[in-house]
Amino acid sequence: MSTVRTRVTTITGHRLFWPLVVLLVLLAANTVHRPSFLSVELKNGHLYGSLIDIVRLSAPLILVALGMSLVIATGGIDLSVGSVVAVSGAVACLYISEQPDQDSLGGVLTALALAFGIALLLGAWNGVLVAVIGIQPIIATLILMVAGRGLAQLITSGQIITVNSGPYRTIGVGHLLTLPFAIVVALAVTLVVAVLTRRTALGMIIEAVGGNAEASRLAGVRSRRITFLVYVVSAACAAVAGFMMTANVSSADGNAAGLWVELDAILAVVIGGTSLAGGRFFLSGTIVGALIIQTLTTSVYAMDIDPQTALLFKAVVVIAVCLIQAPAFRARLRRRRPSTVAPAPAAEKQKEQVPA
Amino acid sequence: MSQRHPVLTMTAISKLFPGVRALDGVDFRLFPGEVHALMGENGAGKSTLIKVLTGVYDTDAGTVTLDGAQVSFAGPMQATAAGVSTVYQEVNLCPNLSVAENIFIGREPRRLGVVDWRETRRRAQALLARLDLHIDVTELLGSYSLAVQQMVAIARAVDVRARVLILDEPTSSLDADEVAQLLRVMRQLRDEGIAILFVTHFLDQVYAIADRITVLRNGRLVGEYLTADLPQIALVEKMIGKELDALERLDSEAGRDPAAVAAGKALVEADGLGRAGSVAPFSLTIHQGEVVGLAGLLGSGRTEVARLLFGADRADRGRLTVAGRPAAVRTPVAAIERDIAFCSENRRTEGLVGELTVRENIILAMQAARGWLRPVPRRRQDELVQRWIEALSIRPADPDMPVRNLSGGNQQKVLLARWLITEPRLLILDEPTRGIDIGAKTEIQRLVAELSDGGMAVLFISAELEEVLRLSHTVAVMRDRQMVAQLANDDSLDADRVMRAIASGAQQEGLEKA
Repeated sequence: MSTVRTRVTTITGHRLFWPLVVLLVLLAANTVHRPSFLSVELKNGHLYGSLIDIVRLSAPLILVALGMSLVIATGGIDLSVGSVVAVSGAVACLYISEQPDQDSLGGVLTALALAFGIALLLGAWNGVLVAVIGIQPIIATLILMVAGRGLAQLITSGQIITVNSGPYRTIGVGHLLTLPFAIVVALAVTLVVAVLTRRTALGMIIEAVGGNAEASRLAGVRSRRITFLVYVVSAACAAVAGFMMTANVSSADGNAAGLWVELDAILAVVIGGTSLAGGRFFLSGTIVGALIIQTLTTSVYAMDIDPQTALLFKAVVVIAVCLIQAPAFRARLRRRRPSTVAPAPAAEKQKEQVPA
Repeated sequence: MSQRHPVLTMTAISKLFPGVRALDGVDFRLFPGEVHALMGENGAGKSTLIKVLTGVYDTDAGTVTLDGAQVSFAGPMQATAAGVSTVYQEVNLCPNLSVAENIFIGREPRRLGVVDWRETRRRAQALLARLDLHIDVTELLGSYSLAVQQMVAIARAVDVRARVLILDEPTSSLDADEVAQLLRVMRQLRDEGIAILFVTHFLDQVYAIADRITVLRNGRLVGEYLTADLPQIALVEKMIGKELDALERLDSEAGRDPAAVAAGKALVEADGLGRAGSVAPFSLTIHQGEVVGLAGLLGSGRTEVARLLFGADRADRGRLTVAGRPAAVRTPVAAIERDIAFCSENRRTEGLVGELTVRENIILAMQAARGWLRPVPRRRQDELVQRWIEALSIRPADPDMPVRNLSGGNQQKVLLARWLITEPRLLILDEPTRGIDIGAKTEIQRLVAELSDGGMAVLFISAELEEVLRLSHTVAVMRDRQMVAQLANDDSLDADRVMRAIASGAQQEGLEKA
């Protein structure tokens, strides 16, 4: 019996356990509401269904949250990702819209490269402010969060730029190997980030810098370079997310694209078990966190929850997720309800712990 | 004496951590008006027992009784409210608040619902005066030395009308005068009827003040003794659990010949190296295979010398030559590239990354030197980490345990291992044996001797003169942030002469080596 108990503890003690439980509960609630929720069908060689939609729609958030995980692991934060989404989407759409043939693959690729390059510059700007000049990350990236919106407006001249480009739309709504293209891209980027951090020593060094910056410096870690790098990676992830979001609607709105995505991304990282204080980071947790947030958004629409109260509903679920993840809170819950179901050995222990 | 009732009784306390049985059925009792020393090696369970007592940890088994009533504190706040106050090894106060605020944080004197700052200051001043500490209580705590901070922590603990005062290694960062002052305060408190639980690694202090001694080993109770009945050597044996002749053997081996190493090749030469406001310009030569001891009181500039040599602080004057070549060591990276390694005295804040594992902490410096694109292959990591865990007997021998779960001495060994795998030519050790037990201390001392025999240069910083004299070929003496003497450690050098140099700064002796 004790081995069964330890096995149960190992499973419930895993840091992905509670986020996954919450995700499953959300999916189950949707299924109860609409039994066809779980069905996935193959039409014209493409997979369709609510589950696929959720993953497809959460792809941009996953990307932004991956970059955010690394930034948060160094003990920083990147508030500017939403603006980078807007700028990269605007640059790409503007370039494509000025092409004589918007369907030309070469033109689209050039647009992507151009927008990606600009995003890297923006990331480097953040990196310089934080790592070289030494401004606190929340302030440093707040600058670009505000200025980036202005920049995006400037690029789009305050208009919504619409494009009519087959290749570009593919990024948002196309398919590859039966899967939506966005999911494939998200998978690919996840793989790249995972390999970049876990197959090299980058992940460990990021965690060392976030865990104890001074100790890392004295161990010879070039922490400035690492810090600089994570902001560039974060901006790069945000740029790809920007392509997806604008491609999804075939238009770039400097004002609305990626609005508040930084908050959802931070939330996804935290739900995934990475501490805002920096140190250990968990990419798999971040992805589950992003899926939870998107499922929540989808559920709010699917269950016809009054849009006026939708945000409140979201907030309540998020608070619940964070609480249930906190070991201190779970311990308190357990203490509240005493040995009603506790097996014999636990009851024995109870006897010894007489309160003061 | 045995007629009295203990104020505190702990019975059959057990505490499990993942992979470690930190405490196994330990009994402990504490009488009012008595100083009771809790002794044991690193990892023996002293800190765990204290944390169980003060409610930082839950117990897995056992009971705690305070004044005859069973208690189970949910946390240190509750323990403090019940009269059990603790001063931890590392000062746990807020350096960014004033001294007075630190003493009264959470229980500020109030008037009409708002904090009465004048009363706060007055009472803080009065309280510190009782400990003979006359400082400006409105200054930030962080602007004072570690020793003063420690005394402030004690003042805070004492003020909450404690019946049980727990002092967890309060003296490890104090110099001799301050220790005497602290012991005086402890006697005073004891005479007022407070029960004091005293944890320290300094045997002299135990015999100077403790009435009773409890010894733990590997999480188990060895026994409880009256100090008068337990000779010092017997205590050490009970702590270690084996006959201790290693120290003496090391002593006899210490036929260190300063002339021979000084004739060898100079590895690091500092010429007028200094930094304004930190340490006055000094000149120092360290040869291959030489151990240079750096002696001096707390705050005399020992650490500052080390930090300049390692590039942790930037020198603003003077020159540094490494292996005959001028070296501008402005950053730790530059020092590491020249095979200089530095184990900081502040393991927790400047040494280890607590949440990373033993393995990751050990390979960190090597990995940093290679750059993140060239990870140390896993097999190589395993091999290195395994070898050094064994060589330094790091316990528990689990490379994947977060390093913060290890005891102080084992953390120190992890830090040492980190630098030893980089095979440095100069190893700077700042208080490597501070706050660790005598067994680990001997191991580290022996290691230093071996490394220097193998040709490594070592700069050895320690507040303990015996240790410095035992290991060093040359002793450099610091006083008031100046290097006041360099003494060859030949037969004529003894603790008295070093002490005189520390006290008077015997400038004329400085010529002996130069």
